[in-house]
Amino acid sequence: MTLLAVDELRVRVATDDEPLQIVDGVSYEVGEGRIFGIAGESGSGKTVSVLALMGLLPRGASVTGAARFEGDDLVSMTPARLRQVCGREIGLVFQDPLTSFHPMLSVGRQLTEHLRHHYGATRADARGRALALLDEVRIPDPATAFERYPHEFSGGMRQRIAIAGALMCEPRLLIADEPTTALDVTVQAGILRLIDRLRRDRALSVILITHDLGVMSALADDLAIFYGGRIVEDGPADELLAQPRHPYTRALLDALPHPESARGEPLRGIPGPPAQPGSLPSGCVFHPRCAYAVESCRTEVPELRRLGDRGLACPVDPFAP
Amino acid sequence: MSVLEIEGLEVAYERRGHDPVRAVVDASLAVGRGEIVGLVGESGCGKSTLARAAVGLIRPTSGKVVFEGRELSPLDRGARGREAARLQMVFQNPYASLNPRRRVGRQIADALAILGLASREDRPRRAASLLDRVGLPPTAVSRFPHEFSGGQRQRIAIARALAADPSVLVLDEPLSSLDASAQAQIANLLVDLSRNLGLGLLLISHDLGIVHQVADRVCVMYLGEIVEEGPTDEVWARPLHPYTEALINAIPHPDGRRFMPEALPGEVPDPARPPAGCRFHPRCPLAFDRCTHEHPPLEEVVDGRAAACWLAADRAVRQAPGTAPRAAEG
Amino acid sequence: MSSAPITAPAAVPRRRRRARRLLSQPLAVVGLAIAVGWLLVAIFAPLLAPYDPLAQDFPLTQAPSREHLFGTDELGRDVLSRVIYGSRLSLPLALLLVVLATALGSLLGAIAGYFRSWVDPLVMRTTDLVFAFPAIILAMVVTASLGPNIRNAVLAIVIVAWPTYARVVRGLVLSLGDAEFVQASRLLGSSSRRTLMHDVLPNLAGPVVVLATLDLANAILLLAGLSFLGLGAQPPDPEWGSMVSVGTQYFQYWWMGTFPGLAIFSAVLAFNFLGDSLRDRLDPRGVSRGKHQGVA
Repeated sequence: MTLLAVDELRVRVATDDEPLQIVDGVSYEVGEGRIFGIAGESGSGKTVSVLALMGLLPRGASVTGAARFEGDDLVSMTPARLRQVCGREIGLVFQDPLTSFHPMLSVGRQLTEHLRHHYGATRADARGRALALLDEVRIPDPATAFERYPHEFSGGMRQRIAIAGALMCEPRLLIADEPTTALDVTVQAGILRLIDRLRRDRALSVILITHDLGVMSALADDLAIFYGGRIVEDGPADELLAQPRHPYTRALLDALPHPESARGEPLRGIPGPPAQPGSLPSGCVFHPRCAYAVESCRTEVPELRRLGDRGLACPVDPFAP
Repeated sequence: MSVLEIEGLEVAYERRGHDPVRAVVDASLAVGRGEIVGLVGESGCGKSTLARAAVGLIRPTSGKVVFEGRELSPLDRGARGREAARLQMVFQNPYASLNPRRRVGRQIADALAILGLASREDRPRRAASLLDRVGLPPTAVSRFPHEFSGGQRQRIAIARALAADPSVLVLDEPLSSLDASAQAQIANLLVDLSRNLGLGLLLISHDLGIVHQVADRVCVMYLGEIVEEGPTDEVWARPLHPYTEALINAIPHPDGRRFMPEALPGEVPDPARPPAGCRFHPRCPLAFDRCTHEHPPLEEVVDGRAAACWLAADRAVRQAPGTAPRAAEG
Repeated sequence: MSSAPITAPAAVPRRRRRARRLLSQPLAVVGLAIAVGWLLVAIFAPLLAPYDPLAQDFPLTQAPSREHLFGTDELGRDVLSRVIYGSRLSLPLALLLVVLATALGSLLGAIAGYFRSWVDPLVMRTTDLVFAFPAIILAMVVTASLGPNIRNAVLAIVIVAWPTYARVVRGLVLSLGDAEFVQASRLLGSSSRRTLMHDVLPNLAGPVVVLATLDLANAILLLAGLSFLGLGAQPPDPEWGSMVSVGTQYFQYWWMGTFPGLAIFSAVLAFNFLGDSLRDRLDPRGVSRGKHQGVA
């Protein structure tokens, strides 16, 4: 069952100079109870594409395409209706646990505010729900935590609270944008386990955005690799990471230090910086950095071809099994 | 022969009305010529403070730093001399470590001018050659920092440090602000410089993966203390300290095999009120009675490997039967 | 070892882009136009003014007419010529005193912020002292005690204006002192003094220029204010403020006070617009941010 179907999403942002095409025709589906991973480096359009779904882009942005969520198209909704849908059905967790919170309001106040505003819940009911969620995300002594302020918690704890906050309205979809990037590795492990457990206990669907392929490997069911505002490869996460077919995915994996690889062996970086909107190469956006590029890669934009349950935007397909 | 020796370094901060915070406690480590030493730990462990104290940006409360056989005094009003300038630092944020208002070439040539390492006529050539050494074209000299990407700026920062003809580079999280491909390139550059110029590197990082790939030796820090130290391969394959083991098991693997990293229970305690005995004991799966009131010193357990844990000697024996541990403590 | 090809930064189009950016802010353009306009008026005053500003040859208090576009004043002088020549007083003097205040304030602030020790509290307490008084009152006191003339008025305003720069610059220097490029400089052997000159000072230029531009507006106003009170320019100097002052005594001859007043108004407005747009240009752009920060 598909919960969210994104179809040819395009995002264009007006700037002082020329408008920037940040997302250029992205399509994917998020299944019920499944974790969909969006991977990419900075400038790939991964965050903007999701912000576009929620109507959280700045004024100069224009969004085209469709995003069907439970039958309704998020892109063509009125802002008021979009706010309602997002407020009730979609929870958001951001990267920085510190700036996601208002520093002067207690945790309890921030958790319950949303529920009381969107659903008119009573203070007692909202508090009850908040305490239950704080417990579910393993915050010790929820009653005391409820009265505390965000700065009194560590980064990991704040992120747990943020997740609790995102779940207050019992959403069907949780969007997490780099939820563990700012955290230490042992703390990150805790959050990953938490998301995994929540997904299982609540049949929650998750869109997980991160550049960290290790995190994807731990959590994601399905994975899409973003580069230059487009999807270059997608498919089941396990398969994709074990046998990447797009040169970019493979290069990305090769650039990471492998626990098993021999020490002293140089890491394999990808030459040149990642493509940025506004200065995208012609044809295949990855071709200037690609070791397998041929002449046609410079002129033709590759389509995302479906090959079984995998998608690949590379006509050369150098790693075909 | 160690070029940089840190002995019993302690850095404590006074706070009005509170107990002082011991950010670094009795830290000792050494960096040899052409050796890459990794210093790893999570936030709040004191590794950045240690790095800054090592180069003299912070005055230590006690302990000393010995560089090229001479005790290093912290930076004060006066200018650093040529000898002390052979200990250089590369910072984490490539956007903040370069002066936005000065051209790249001038900043790189700074050391040459200040320390008198090159004549005025010679400086442009040396600057261009340093840029080439770090993989940037000579046209970069006339540009400003903001015209470059993060990875390129980090190269410029390295080139600037190289201008002082250093024998040791201390790098404080030099890769954290960079994307994956830039990280790999800069890491390779650092290894290359170390091998070819005989530079000693003290590489501070929270990214164990990179450190594992690049460093010859690794020191693990927790709550201000070095808890384990040894050759990287050894520490990785057979960690002696439970924290090191937890750290290694918490690293995700991007191989599609659904490896769920291990989490550590509890939280890092407030450095102002560290636990009694072993600082790690509240979160340690192997803690026993002694750990709660007796603080284990960092001791050599087997050749070239040290750990601050009462169980380290046992573990060493179990990992490599037949190897007699140095300290017969149980 | 040459692995990463450098991405060629766009050098030429940047100039065009900057011009376009400036034009996209209409207020800045208006401000610039007016400021330049007055500058030209000041330079070409003898060519532009129809009559001698001090000549009392004309019929008294005539309303604006074709011979006297701004009318004449109570002593029979052409108001237009006086307003034109007035720019030769107000603008250069305001510029002079802002330059002096900026130089003095920035230097003291930089020294206080960089070297700390006893200099810092000394400078700061002095600024506190100056801030304790309303600007105009203090300026009045200084001019009145030194003797009311235009030179002392300038001095008085410099005394009143420098502390703001000292405060701002001190704050900037304090924050810069922790900046990593400053620390890197020290590690490379740079002395405190050299670091101050090469690393700290150049980075102060931006905010200080913004402050100074906005201050020009204040300076013009303050100078006019002192002259209005009789403590600055003395008769027969055609200073705008004193002209307004006289104009208030002859309210029925509205042209005597209104045109000089409009001159003050337009000049002050122009520099405010310029200063605001400069500040907007410098702040969000942030000097140390690369052009392509990851959007996604």
